[in-house]
Amino acid sequence: MIEAWGLCRDFGRLRAVDEVDLTIRRGEVFGFLGPNGAGKSTLLRMLVGAVVPSAGRARVLGCEVPREADRLRQAIGYMTQRFSLYEDLTVDENLDFAGEVFGFGRDERRRRVEQAVETYGLARRRGQLAGTLSGGWKQRLALATATVHQPEILVLDEPTAGVDPSQRRRFWEQIFELAADGVTVLVSTHYMDEAVRCHRLAMLRRGRLVALGEPRALADHLEGRVVEVDAEPPEEAVRLLRRRPEVASVTQLGDRVHVLLADEAPDAAETAPRLAAHLHQEGYGDAVAEPARPGLEDVFVAATLGGEREGDRSHDGDGRLPADDTFTGARTGAFRAVTDTVPRPAPPPGDGEDR
Amino acid sequence: MSAAEPAPQRRFDPVASLSRLLAVARKEVRQLGRDPLTLGFVVFVPLVQLALFGYAINQDVRDVPTALRDRSGSPVSRQLVERLEATQAIEVVHAVTTEAEGRAMLGRGEVQAVIVVPPDFARRWYRGRGAQVSLLVDATDPLVARAVRTAADGLAATVAEEAGHGGAGGLSARVEQESELRRAAPITFSVLTYYNPELRTPVFVVPGLLGVILTTTMILMTALSLVRERERGTFEFLIGTPVRRGELMVGKLLPYVLIGLIQIVLVLVAGLALFRVPIEGSLFALAFASLLFIAANLTLGLVISSLVKTQLQATQVAFFFFLPSVLLSGFMFPFEAMPEPAQWLGELLPLTHYIRLCRAILLRGVSVFELWGSLAWLAAMFVVGLVAATRLFEKRLA
Repeated sequence: MIEAWGLCRDFGRLRAVDEVDLTIRRGEVFGFLGPNGAGKSTLLRMLVGAVVPSAGRARVLGCEVPREADRLRQAIGYMTQRFSLYEDLTVDENLDFAGEVFGFGRDERRRRVEQAVETYGLARRRGQLAGTLSGGWKQRLALATATVHQPEILVLDEPTAGVDPSQRRRFWEQIFELAADGVTVLVSTHYMDEAVRCHRLAMLRRGRLVALGEPRALADHLEGRVVEVDAEPPEEAVRLLRRRPEVASVTQLGDRVHVLLADEAPDAAETAPRLAAHLHQEGYGDAVAEPARPGLEDVFVAATLGGEREGDRSHDGDGRLPADDTFTGARTGAFRAVTDTVPRPAPPPGDGEDR
Repeated sequence: MSAAEPAPQRRFDPVASLSRLLAVARKEVRQLGRDPLTLGFVVFVPLVQLALFGYAINQDVRDVPTALRDRSGSPVSRQLVERLEATQAIEVVHAVTTEAEGRAMLGRGEVQAVIVVPPDFARRWYRGRGAQVSLLVDATDPLVARAVRTAADGLAATVAEEAGHGGAGGLSARVEQESELRRAAPITFSVLTYYNPELRTPVFVVPGLLGVILTTTMILMTALSLVRERERGTFEFLIGTPVRRGELMVGKLLPYVLIGLIQIVLVLVAGLALFRVPIEGSLFALAFASLLFIAANLTLGLVISSLVKTQLQATQVAFFFFLPSVLLSGFMFPFEAMPEPAQWLGELLPLTHYIRLCRAILLRGVSVFELWGSLAWLAAMFVVGLVAATRLFEKRLA
């Protein structure tokens, strides 16, 4: 129901979104994961028609975006990254205004506002000015407003930024309740724990799509390629490990150190003892290295590795759609095979051109 | 797969469109109500300006400090100077012994005029051979220069009439037509027996002030209105809604039309109470002209708002527009007295036309349709502004 071909967006000399191809299916919760500045917001904004692409095409529910975006308004709910409701209006007034511009009559509007207030637990805040709400409440109000017209597609741009963990959890429950009702949800985040809950996930880095697929499947591809190291203090251990030929990358994740193995290296079961031995030799007497279950962090590291090594504009994606379970930038062999199997579908002819 | 999906089609529906437009208007009113500063702006700025321009900026020039070099020293010359002083336009504060000394004082700003009576004044006067008196005037302030010259010309005409010479006096009697008032002597009337009430400054200023106040508030408020949505981020919310840009624009304008009308009533009532400004023409005519003017200003504000990126820029552009509006519209200086290029510029400004309309309606009681050119200009500005603003304004982010 949402398709994109070669979407690009430049801001001056910066390419914020670079040749992104996507297909999003009805009813899925589709995540966009990436650090700040990876192009998540720009990509979502292009899909809702708020930003015009510099190149490429997108179709949402059969409408060309942005040209026919006006026809989609009733079908899309859009929750912006920055709180974009009227801070000098109350919770009720904001909801009512949304209901009004979405074309509901007085009675219908009242019914919907009541429903939204109930669903999102806003009852005790309804008379409060939106500007005086705390982050979590603002975000609830924003979600309530974005869904007041019961859209088919819900686009949420970093909805949980700056919201405390318990509120985040509650928010995701609501997202899944909506998805259960058949709403297609596009959500961007930089939280791994949120990304992992999505049905499918697109990883972005510097505007490029570097990985695409179900979170579990993406991680499974790294099975046997990740070693977890426990050494105190970790900083020096990280430096030591980076010099090893069998190591592609070392990432410190809190108090753990994750080692991603290079293509040439044997699998984790074989390599882990070697790394441990090396650390022992270097004075880390109690260092432990064990094969680890790969997480999304590892996926992200692996996916961005190739891009970093060969510079930003690698051409490995040319002529190929990064389909499911794909790492386009990766140079870790586990993914190359997948990348090469899926032919890129051509965009439907004619539609995108001016008529 | 998606190619086969039915597109959620929405044809243009005027009822839905109007209700969205009204939603925007209602929202705008609510927001205005929450902003005491803006409300203060609406009510107090007009009153303060009225007081400032009405009382403080008094354009009636009086008692211009003057130096006198009387080389005639005769009873006639003394009488002439006395009569000149009696017009209240000048006040002799120094008697100097040379013309050069007088000029030096003029240069230093100690006096703003020097009267030089030649030695043969009395002789020529008695022989009826055109006695000449030189008047050196500091024209730094044109109003002062004008006042002094007017007083002198007027006196000359009176004297001529008294003497039965007729020439100059006859001329001044004929030039009552307003358009020619400023060409030569005739403003004499103000210091002569015909005191022309229209030259009382407040009466003259208030109708113009009406336009100035409307210009400042209307343009500034709308210039800020769209860009404020952008700056606060609420515009991104609007992008996601079915509100079309025309609906957004007109919806945002409506509340300000009301505010403009409130301001007009305020200024007129205060002008009537404080300065007894007459309302000679019909209020209906005034309301009609005012609505057109408000509309023209509002769309101009929208154009500004569509062009700029921040509220600060909007304010700056608005002020860039205010200055010529105040200076070249005939509010500050008599329009006909301005150099021609300035008049051309002035003709472009909506304020010029509105001031003309206001003065005609309020002071002279003229039917509004006699000034149809000005009405047409305002209407044209409104239409062009609305089209331009709608074209310039993209319902997009970047």
